[in-house]
Amino acid sequence: MVHPILKLVVQRVALGILLLLAASVLIFVGTQILPGDVAQSILGQSATPVSLANLRAELGLNDPPVTRYFNWLSGVLQGDLGTALSNGQDIATAMGRRLGNTLFLAFWAAIIAVPLAIVLGLISVRYRDRWPDKLISGVTLATISVPEFLVGYIAVFFLAVQLQWFPSIASVYDGMTLGERLYAISMPVIVLVLAVLGHMMRMTRAAILNVMQSAYVETAELKGLSQFTIIARHALPNAVAPVVNVVMLNLAYLVVGVVVVEVVFVYPGMGQYLVDHVAKRDVPVVQACGLVFAAVYIGLNLLADVISILANPRLRHPK
Amino acid sequence: MADVLLDIRNLRIEATSYPPGEPPRDVVLVDDVSVAVEKGRVLGLIGESGAGKSTIGLSAMSYGRGGVRLTGGQILLNGREIRTAGMRELRSLRGHEVTYVAQSAAAAFNPAKQLMEQVIETSLSHGLMPRAEAEARAVDLFRQLGLPDPENIGKRYPHQVSGGQLQRVMTAMALCPKPDLVIFDEPTTALDVTTQIDVLAAIKRAIHETGVAALYITHDLAVVAQVADDIMVLRHGKMVEYGTTEQIITRPSEEYTRALVSVRGIEHAEKDPSVEPVLRVQNVTARYKGTNFDVLKNVSVDLPPGQTLAIVGESGSGKSTLARAITGLLPPSQGRITFAGRELSRELKARSKDDLREVQMIYQMADVAMNPRQTVGTIIGRPLEFYFGMSGEQKRVRIQELLDQIEMGRGFIDRYPAELSGGQKQRVCIARALAAKPKLIICDEVTSALDPLVADGILKLLLNLQAAEGVAYLFITHDIATVRAIADRIAVMFKGQVVRYGPKSQVLAPPFDDYTDLLLSSVPEMELGWLEQVLEHRKMESAGN
Repeated sequence: MVHPILKLVVQRVALGILLLLAASVLIFVGTQILPGDVAQSILGQSATPVSLANLRAELGLNDPPVTRYFNWLSGVLQGDLGTALSNGQDIATAMGRRLGNTLFLAFWAAIIAVPLAIVLGLISVRYRDRWPDKLISGVTLATISVPEFLVGYIAVFFLAVQLQWFPSIASVYDGMTLGERLYAISMPVIVLVLAVLGHMMRMTRAAILNVMQSAYVETAELKGLSQFTIIARHALPNAVAPVVNVVMLNLAYLVVGVVVVEVVFVYPGMGQYLVDHVAKRDVPVVQACGLVFAAVYIGLNLLADVISILANPRLRHPK
Repeated sequence: MADVLLDIRNLRIEATSYPPGEPPRDVVLVDDVSVAVEKGRVLGLIGESGAGKSTIGLSAMSYGRGGVRLTGGQILLNGREIRTAGMRELRSLRGHEVTYVAQSAAAAFNPAKQLMEQVIETSLSHGLMPRAEAEARAVDLFRQLGLPDPENIGKRYPHQVSGGQLQRVMTAMALCPKPDLVIFDEPTTALDVTTQIDVLAAIKRAIHETGVAALYITHDLAVVAQVADDIMVLRHGKMVEYGTTEQIITRPSEEYTRALVSVRGIEHAEKDPSVEPVLRVQNVTARYKGTNFDVLKNVSVDLPPGQTLAIVGESGSGKSTLARAITGLLPPSQGRITFAGRELSRELKARSKDDLREVQMIYQMADVAMNPRQTVGTIIGRPLEFYFGMSGEQKRVRIQELLDQIEMGRGFIDRYPAELSGGQKQRVCIARALAAKPKLIICDEVTSALDPLVADGILKLLLNLQAAEGVAYLFITHDIATVRAIADRIAVMFKGQVVRYGPKSQVLAPPFDDYTDLLLSSVPEMELGWLEQVLEHRKMESAGN
């Protein structure tokens, strides 16, 4: 007899892989139907028809789309994302550094934002409808309502220009110590935390308030437990599933949605990389970036699903 | 009374009500009630829903559920006033001096935590004893309460134990911190009758062995008579009568108490069983989609026209599933259902409009069986339009006739369900079923959610309607008293099978099969010492075997 959790998790993972394949088809189709000819854009307007034809044959552009898709996919599966058309670099190598930078930024933003959001959510529930709750709700609502680039520039104006606490440009390079790196990315981290805090905090608040209606919370109150013990020990464990889902959506956003913030702070991450190469019509890079973003997105949501399954005591401990 | 533990004087409890379309107003839930509990004694609080029993019970912890306010009087616990005490003081006494056992332990336990953690939580949080000692005490209590595998049951999660066991674990949870007073709030009401008797016996034994005082809240006088030393009868938030259990049961002085004691006095003569049946269920077997387990196994029953067949059994015995098979909601995998001489199609879709019209249903929860945004007139008028194409004045006249039949005033035609009491809602559902002029009405636990006196009224109404209209009832219930009151024939179901079937006079007369014996002997009777007699009798029987 297979443990029901294992079965559910395997199902989810299989579904995730299927979804990723579907995403790869969409990315491939999407980039192929973009107007313009890759060979033309590499060789420029002055290229002769003969050299264009040769390059097309060399790049395999004359093969039917299905063949090209499978060639690309089999390359991807072997870790070969192709070479950038604009500068001939290996995409996997170039992107590896960029992805590392983006993940570094996302990691530190998440380390701050997730616990902060949950604690703020708990405080909101504890002081429901009183001033701490209203203050937290108001501020977080404001930060998610203002566009990130504006938050970014406002932060630059005050924190970098006026107070001169942090650098306005987040430039990182090899040989920096961890401390130097963290100092360099402090501005984008602040902006990202403000961008994702609101959703997670509000979901935590709503999910816990929902659980607070249940009979076992009344039992806890009649046990004479303190409000905070009740919220943290009796309500929070039963609110994990909805909270995890919104946390993962925001983590995914930290990786795939940072384009604007990276551009504002000139941070050498995935977002900058993607924007640069879209401008250059560098199709293989755009495809690779799209695929990585899709994988991150699907992977994190898969993780959210699995955590939700694990958080359910009925599934974890069957009869 | 030197040893008074809890002394509630002139208690007044209020809440704010928000009637739709009107300004909020304060309503008095409990008015001028005084309760005293001495050390080691058990006081039963009894009354119908809305009597204020639970509200008074919770006031012993100075707790108001959902906006309920304790606005007047004194609540003295161990000699000190707690009604006006601060949160810090209340937290130190809740879960330590006074503990609480809820009606639904299944809902009252945190699903994400092991039972042991929850049972010893207060002992630890109040700093009463070290963890090892608390765990040892919990295991002792599990054993005392007759739980299986007392050493290890604490490692389980709430969903892994049965409802009856969970109720006992909750009792252990209440007793673990060595409280002075335990409030039992309908602890056995949600249980099957054969489970109830064991839990009741366990609770009673635990109360006696620990010497704790208790407030025992219930609507069932026969239950409270088994455990309480004294009884207070409440109605509409006021005290009706207060006395020793023996006095209340045998010599009630108030009219209302007498009504509660003699409830279920309905009797009716069994009708001739040898008539050609209107409904014939033959060898029906059924299972739910996606399962490999038959919930109905080879069920055969007959129901003559104008008579009542009671289907009796505990939760999970397949009673409601049988109703679903008859109505076509769950197509049986085998067997046939014949109605008024014609075979009914298994599938609901293949049944004719007359098939649908002639079999109607009434449900347990009248509130959810009605659209809250429709008036009583619209609700009752719908089958008149649908089956008979009535409209205008003709329909209005017929609706008024039906309102007369269910003994409700014609003025109710423009009321909404939210404006009706529980009994009135169920009457409207009866009128809606009757409007279709059915030959058979399936009644699924129609009186289970109602207070005894209201339920009696509904049963009397159903019997009168049967005499007037000649309609047959398939009456599903877990309550033997209801069966006695209205059945002509009875089918006892157990695990999807009919284990006993026949005319009422035969089914309810010995010799019994084992299950029917267990079922019948578990129904609490309104006499002192009943519980001990039954348990003694069972012990002797099992020793004899």
